[in-house]
Amino acid sequence: MASEISDMTAVTAPPSEGGAAPRGGSGRPRDARDERRGRWRSRRYRWDVKAMPYAFVSPFFLFFAAFGLFPLIYTGWSSFYRVELTNLDAREFVGFHNYTRLLEDEFFWNALKNTFTIGVISTVPQLLIALGLAHLLNYKLRGSTFFRVAMLTPYATSVAAATLVFTLMFGTDYGMINWALEHLGFSHHIDWRAGTWSSQIAVSSIVIWRWTGYNTLIYLAAMQAVPHDLYESAALDGASRWQQFRHVTIPMLRPTILFTIVVSTIGATQLFGEPFLFGGPGGEKGGSSHQFQTLGLYLYEQGWTNYHLGRASAIAWAMFLLLLLIAAANGLVARWLRKNHEG
Amino acid sequence: MRTTRKSSRPRGRTAAVAITAVAALGVSLLAGCSKDSDEPAKAGGSEGDGKGKITLTVGTFGVFGYKQAGLYEEYEKANPNITIKENVIERNDAYYPQLLTHLAAGSGLSDIQAIEVGNINEIVSTQAAKFEDLSKAAGVEKSNYLDWKWAQASTSDGKTIGLGTDIGPMAICYRTDLFKKAGLPTDRAEVGKLWAGDWSKYLDAGKTYTENAPKGTTFLDSSAGLYQAISNSASERYYDSSGKVIYKTSPSVKEAWDLAMEATTGKMTAKLKLFDKAWDQGFANGRFASLPCPSWMLGYIQEKAGDAGKGKWDVAAAPKPANWGGSFVGVPSAGKNKEEAVKLAAWLTAPAQQAKVFAKQASFPSAPGAYDLPEVKDAKHEYFNNAPIGQIFADAAKSIPTLVIGPKDQQIYTAITDVGILQVEQQGKSPAQGWAAAEKEIDNALDQ
Repeated sequence: MASEISDMTAVTAPPSEGGAAPRGGSGRPRDARDERRGRWRSRRYRWDVKAMPYAFVSPFFLFFAAFGLFPLIYTGWSSFYRVELTNLDAREFVGFHNYTRLLEDEFFWNALKNTFTIGVISTVPQLLIALGLAHLLNYKLRGSTFFRVAMLTPYATSVAAATLVFTLMFGTDYGMINWALEHLGFSHHIDWRAGTWSSQIAVSSIVIWRWTGYNTLIYLAAMQAVPHDLYESAALDGASRWQQFRHVTIPMLRPTILFTIVVSTIGATQLFGEPFLFGGPGGEKGGSSHQFQTLGLYLYEQGWTNYHLGRASAIAWAMFLLLLLIAAANGLVARWLRKNHEG
Repeated sequence: MRTTRKSSRPRGRTAAVAITAVAALGVSLLAGCSKDSDEPAKAGGSEGDGKGKITLTVGTFGVFGYKQAGLYEEYEKANPNITIKENVIERNDAYYPQLLTHLAAGSGLSDIQAIEVGNINEIVSTQAAKFEDLSKAAGVEKSNYLDWKWAQASTSDGKTIGLGTDIGPMAICYRTDLFKKAGLPTDRAEVGKLWAGDWSKYLDAGKTYTENAPKGTTFLDSSAGLYQAISNSASERYYDSSGKVIYKTSPSVKEAWDLAMEATTGKMTAKLKLFDKAWDQGFANGRFASLPCPSWMLGYIQEKAGDAGKGKWDVAAAPKPANWGGSFVGVPSAGKNKEEAVKLAAWLTAPAQQAKVFAKQASFPSAPGAYDLPEVKDAKHEYFNNAPIGQIFADAAKSIPTLVIGPKDQQIYTAITDVGILQVEQQGKSPAQGWAAAEKEIDNALDQ
């Protein structure tokens, strides 16, 4: 369309600045047709080269627009309204009320705090264990493929199945962990779900179990890309295994470590399935004192148990802004590290 | 200037082409999407194929038992122009939000939609305009249904939007072997007499049990079930009849809470959460000796207690009659075959059909006419020591008070049991702390 119009202007009115080559007038129709055909061909070629990549990547962006961007914007719009699932027709504009209410909402702050503590006690050990395991797997091992596949099995297990098993293991009366503790001499049964720390540790253990293998494989891949001569020269200089790990492996892995931290942080902020299922029926409360209610659970509780869709939307956007903040902080740290490293 | 213009033109063109291509792809994709989403809606909605053949759809959650009891087939045989299809969603907490969004959109609805008792008031008070009035519909007889059940699905101006399907009259399920060891009577008539008319007598039996309890067992599973049973045997609980929230001062809530706390602090409960895995294991391991049980819970107990509990369970009358659970069926006004749908709904909930569902599925009828039919009257439960459950539950059902329910009953109840009671039971907080936490929780849930 756009090209046709520009052609027409080119034919009817000579370009004022003489930008285009002089076009054939009415006296030479054949040449003009040839020229036009040639131009058409080259244009088609150009489209093919320039437009096709866009066409090929477009499905992702279309799906993203439909299932990512649109919900995001719609949620943002809803967060400025008082809207109840039970009466969707009656929405009332309330400005920033849903957000200011969150600031005074102790349940929200509690959920934020829980998300943070569960995030820390699940992510930090997880990445440390993954680093150690990757280091071990990097040695020459018999059956290394077996170990690598085994590492990834928990990741391939569904959250529901894993959590179900863990919930049984953490059971108060008949749980395996309490049974084992009893054999170690602790006669008092721990009610894992009732305590704040015990429940958060239990939830974190599920997260750690599921994601350590995944991170291990990422570290392992990065470790195998570290050039061997670095280790050789380190060994020549008399560096021990540990010193090699600290002074060669870790610095070379820095970008990978940063990547896993970012991914794990995003995952921790959105943590939902594990605490939800760990809580049993009505799991969105995250325990009777909300002791392991994460932001995701609080969002779910407000939206789908209490039917306050506007408030739930505001929580969703608060989480989104939080993630942006975390991403920005990560970026700053990354830049600072790079500078420090180079300078 | 020249160069920029020259270079910008082709780019503008390719961009335009790219956008066109993307848009074309998008349109086709979206078309694909909408086609996909249309199809189930079509299947879900009703359709006539021109020869007067009508497909009616019934949307339910869980197992309503109509199909299992062969009712659809029977109806189709009697009405050759009707085909019935059932759309089932496993759990009400997924079913209900979807029903609400479908009602708001006016599409995607089945011709008949089931409504759980916990949601019926919200539907009556906010969505009544979107349902057909069944009170004057042909084939519907008010006298077929229990008065309190009818009232729950009616608006203040006399419109009735749901017909009662099943109800959940309550009894007490107990383990005869454990009762015997603790020196309590085991015969169901004697056991019922032990606490007839007063919930606090039930706890007196609990005290006796706790003093002589077989090792590792408790009298009750949890205070939450007890609280539910007691608060349900009143006529006002969380709302008064004008629709005001009164749970803070309601005498029945206070009585239920105080007794639940007495059971908790008296160490009569196993501190379990209802429908939790640990609760299931409690049945299997014989962890507790009794619990208030609505009729629909018998099947659950049988499944969870399994062979190990065979011959050990029995059913006695509850101290006071109360209802826990049950459902309704309504006909959304957006449907195409409303007339036929109303007819089917009336037929499905008529006494004879309710009795058949009970025989198959043990969903207790809300139609008292069914109580005299042999399917109900002579019903005995083999697993529960051949207890005459038809009689026990029918007796309870007839004297259940008309309980005022409000739109947020579910949220208030959950806050009191899952926050208030559990904090005291499992986290060792004082009853006052537990109540304060529940109040805060309810305030947050009710505040819009």
